[in-house]
Amino acid sequence: MSGSRNLTFWTGFAVVVAALAVAPPLLPPFWERFVTEILIWGLLAMSSDILIGYTGMVSFGHSAFLGLGMYGTAAALLLLPPNLWLAMSFGLVGAAAVAIFVAYFATRLRDIYFAITTLVFSQIFYVIIFTWTEVTGGENGLTFRQPPLSIPFLFETRFSRETLHWFVLAVVVLSYLVLRRVTQSPFGKVLQAIRENEPRTRAIGYHVERYKMVAVMLSGLFAGLAGSLYAIQNKFVAPDFVFFLISGEVVIFNVMGGMGTLVGPVAGAAFFWLMREAFSRFLTEYYLIPVGLIFTAMVIFLPQGLLGFLRRRLNE
Amino acid sequence: MVIPWELLVIQLLNGVIIGMILALVASGLTLIFGIMDVVNFAHGELYMLGAYMGTTVMLTTGNFWLALGGSALTIAALGAVVQVTALRPLLGRDPLTTILATFGISLVLQNYALWQYGPVARKIDEPFTGQFALFHLQFPWYRVVIALLSAAIILALWLFMKYGKYGIWIRATTQDRVMAAAMGIPVPLVYTMVFAIGSAMAAASGVLYAPLVGINHAMGLDVILRAFIVVVVGGMGNLAGSVLAAIFISLLEALASLWVSPAQAVIVSFIVLILTLLIRPTGLFVPTPK
Repeated sequence: MSGSRNLTFWTGFAVVVAALAVAPPLLPPFWERFVTEILIWGLLAMSSDILIGYTGMVSFGHSAFLGLGMYGTAAALLLLPPNLWLAMSFGLVGAAAVAIFVAYFATRLRDIYFAITTLVFSQIFYVIIFTWTEVTGGENGLTFRQPPLSIPFLFETRFSRETLHWFVLAVVVLSYLVLRRVTQSPFGKVLQAIRENEPRTRAIGYHVERYKMVAVMLSGLFAGLAGSLYAIQNKFVAPDFVFFLISGEVVIFNVMGGMGTLVGPVAGAAFFWLMREAFSRFLTEYYLIPVGLIFTAMVIFLPQGLLGFLRRRLNE
Repeated sequence: MVIPWELLVIQLLNGVIIGMILALVASGLTLIFGIMDVVNFAHGELYMLGAYMGTTVMLTTGNFWLALGGSALTIAALGAVVQVTALRPLLGRDPLTTILATFGISLVLQNYALWQYGPVARKIDEPFTGQFALFHLQFPWYRVVIALLSAAIILALWLFMKYGKYGIWIRATTQDRVMAAAMGIPVPLVYTMVFAIGSAMAAASGVLYAPLVGINHAMGLDVILRAFIVVVVGGMGNLAGSVLAAIFISLLEALASLWVSPAQAVIVSFIVLILTLLIRPTGLFVPTPK
């Protein structure tokens, strides 16, 4: 790790964060909301990158973590006094509860079996949420009030569009720094060793199962955090977010942006949503036809994704 | 709650019939996986497009059997095109990349169907409307016929694989791709052929099942999940296992829907899958290797 490269990275990081921080007041309201939403999807994509990109386990069930994060937050906001931090911790608890189950399976299954099981697992939650109308609102979902932005004992104020954006940005940037630190730690290196060669990692003496479990828990928690933020931003949750097509989109973000870079999936999410905006201008709801074609072409011709060429630099 | 035994018998019969349709879809999926190591996420979409193609042929010719054959051939051609354009370049890469590529294709096909045929559900009329008395209700003969027809198609596939010249090519390719190529078997062509056969089976089941349920652009999503479950429970790549697993799971779901709503009965099959993966991950219906 050379000093000048490190400097380049942190300069780039500062420029991007500063641009994201000053952007909202300059943009029209629609695009301001759009950027906030991309940050949230980006956090979700980043969380799944821990599994897909770093540990080599393709999860097709991230919608379950997202969804439980959402519904946990919704439960706190509907049943308890409106407190931002309480709501978010409920979301995290919800996601953690799912993550424990998935972590258990993660130790026994690999490759396509892990992908299919996580998919089926998230569908279980979808069916429960969809049919348990009395509690979850069924197909219609739940609506609730937005909690005020508060720092305990200091101040409490209603969210404006700008403060909400800055709050989301702060959470996402902090999550990025934490996840980056994790992937660079010895723990993260073991995850990457599992991705490269699982039997050899085991032979060296690492307890592979334990590492995989922690990776799933970590990934699930950050996905739940994304769900919680989404619920707070939109004051609304619905079973659609638990459906496996969302998990598929998360995988698309990863592949498009570049797996194993953390930043790549965020860029992938932005790329996906921009394409969706652009194509739905003249194709309305059929935008997935060109997006699907582009995605398939990228899987074949650009498996490293958009930012894959930066992979080594971003991980230094 | 007491369930009358007639109802139980009817549900068991329904379970077997739906199981046979599911077996037809799943055997295409397991064929593609077993031979090509491709997890075909677009299989449900091929099934859905098959059903739509059936309605198109039905509108022009008015003959159900022509619709069945025409749809199977068209979707087989589509499958061949998909395999050549999207999967052939992925040969030799991680099987996981095939999930990604076929997932992209499934999005394209699903939205193409929505665009082409619109959001209103369609229906194919039953080719014949005869019924027989089963306890207190009239049971349509057509349902029995689709179960038998599905069984016949699967049996034909099995015979083809066992005794047909090209079936032997396919099995040789599965066993050793390089050796098969050295013996003069056109391996890339075999892969395309296998994908086309799997697609045709998906299309055929779509047309056969369409008279019982409506056709809409999202019907593939439900089927692909169930087919995945069946294929894993039956043992990936194992034809007979898939058939047994399809019937087993459909029976369980049919019985479960006596007590809970059909939407919730799906959970039974999810649980079967998870238990299978925990207890016997190679598949419930696979003989233990000696």
